[in-house]
Amino acid sequence: MQLKLNNFTKTFGEVTVIDGMDLTVNDGEMMALLGPSGCGKSTTLFTICGIHRMNGGDLHFGDRDVTHLPSQQRNVGVVFQNYALYPHMDIRDNIAFPLKVQKQDSATIKRKVNEIAELVHIPELLDRKPAQLSGGQQQRVALARALVRQPDVLLLDEPLANLDAKLRLEMRSEIRRIQLETGITAILVTHDQVEAMSMCDRIALMRDGKIEQLSEPSEMYNNPANTFVAGFLGNPPISFVNAQVAGGSFTFGDNTVAIAEALKPRVGGEVQLGIRPEHFGPQFGTGVTGKISFVETQGREDLYNVTLNSGGMIRSIQPAGERLKMGDAVSWGVSPEAVLAFDTSGDRL
Amino acid sequence: MTANFRSLPVILLLTIVSLPLVIMYAFTIVDTFTNTEPGSLMPNEFTTEHWRFLWSSDVGRGSVWVSTVNTFIFASTTALIVSGISLTAAYALSRLEFPARRFFLAGIIILHAFPTITLIIAIFLILQLLGLFDTLIGVIMVKTALELPFGIWIMKGFYDTVPWEIEMAGVQDGASRFMVWRKLVLPQVQPGLAALLIFSFLSGWSEFILPLVLAPGSDAQVLSTYLAYFLLDDSLEVDFNLFKSVGLFYAVPVILIYLVFQKKLMNIYGGGSKG
Repeated sequence: MQLKLNNFTKTFGEVTVIDGMDLTVNDGEMMALLGPSGCGKSTTLFTICGIHRMNGGDLHFGDRDVTHLPSQQRNVGVVFQNYALYPHMDIRDNIAFPLKVQKQDSATIKRKVNEIAELVHIPELLDRKPAQLSGGQQQRVALARALVRQPDVLLLDEPLANLDAKLRLEMRSEIRRIQLETGITAILVTHDQVEAMSMCDRIALMRDGKIEQLSEPSEMYNNPANTFVAGFLGNPPISFVNAQVAGGSFTFGDNTVAIAEALKPRVGGEVQLGIRPEHFGPQFGTGVTGKISFVETQGREDLYNVTLNSGGMIRSIQPAGERLKMGDAVSWGVSPEAVLAFDTSGDRL
Repeated sequence: MTANFRSLPVILLLTIVSLPLVIMYAFTIVDTFTNTEPGSLMPNEFTTEHWRFLWSSDVGRGSVWVSTVNTFIFASTTALIVSGISLTAAYALSRLEFPARRFFLAGIIILHAFPTITLIIAIFLILQLLGLFDTLIGVIMVKTALELPFGIWIMKGFYDTVPWEIEMAGVQDGASRFMVWRKLVLPQVQPGLAALLIFSFLSGWSEFILPLVLAPGSDAQVLSTYLAYFLLDDSLEVDFNLFKSVGLFYAVPVILIYLVFQKKLMNIYGGGSKG
């Protein structure tokens, strides 16, 4: 079911947290609300599920206007960050609770609970108590409980934040699989760009209550609208250097980087360059000189911080191999096509 | 083995320090069944005459059984009302936004710390006015009112530990606020409720000043005032062994309840840390 948020405004007392936000999530789509803490993404989520009231704007699920409906009548499934399982009930009762509230008959409840337990792979856990489950299993139960009454929209609030790294990887693909299998419209709130990029069809990157950019993950990564978006996506993060445009190339200090043909008409004077670590290294020739100031081994790859002779620092990531040492002088190149140029106020050129 | 040896001095010290108490308790029990020659320490004959208040009606003021029933009604009604009101009031104070919430919270803390005995004359006048003076209902109402701040405060502590998300999840699952409270939140604070029930029952059972001042007659008499009569009445020759027997009779239910429920009662002191 399509979800449409129109001109949404939310204030807490004097503070306006979100001002006139528009957001449309298509039927069956998984949308990420990504941003640093305090950007309003959780506020948006809690408004969609009805815990917060809207101060302005309206919200539609399909054709249904739910702006003024209380949570109970919205038919939204929510998975909370700490799962919020009911500790005194066993798993079966936890999952069955939304159906019992609807007063469905016990045969139907039993069938639906078993079906959904099958879907999230927990049929053998139904008779346990939440405290007896691991984080990942609790997560599955929370998902099952949110999905069992077939909600119009599924909301996930930082669902992976409490899991360890390995489980996080597993649950990432599990949540996506379940979302695809049920074909439900879903919104994922996260501050982790990897989660957002790997799980979602589209990402809405938020800052200070505004959506900075809304696009598909690869588009957002390769084609960021401003320095904030470019800096938020990518791990290790992008490096920025201030440069001048002179004679068909960017110069900063004694370093030069060629300007791609497509970019030439759009740049001039002072610019900020965004260089992702995978686009800086010896395989791109020479032109940028500096000293290695930090080496980090990541197993498959090595990460280098190169402090430029002219000041500033650029990160480079390269396949593990002959390792350079801290203090080594290097002269590496930058892939011209991959350089992102921004004006001095941070907008993309 | 070594751990036991190391704690031996401590155990020895504790034994010596608490010996006077233990001896006092022991003699209280022994004295109720025996007679002792004046000036002697050791009892010289076994007797049940100190327990005669249980079956003969000429001892004390009124029947001990009426007083026992009164005490039971007094303590259990107080406990039920206090727990019932605390359960709802504390939820409201913990979770709901309503006018003057801060005022109520501050008021509860102040009342909790207020020396209630200073109110006794005002309460006396009010009960007189209402025609509830010297009735059990009157004392119950007063005791309940005075016990409520404590109960509400304790229960609020328990409610505060229940995660918000559980309630939010319940609401998302389609349950009304009332149903969320009853089905999801109440089970979480159930240890607190049990502790409060027992605690306020015991507090009612041992209440002395309020029945003494507000229900001085023999009809609404409770065990504490029945017991005090043996000391207060000048016309009687004070029989200390009889007094001890009545005292023991009065204390036995309390001891039993403590023994049975001590685990649950401990919850109230850890109130909030675990729930």
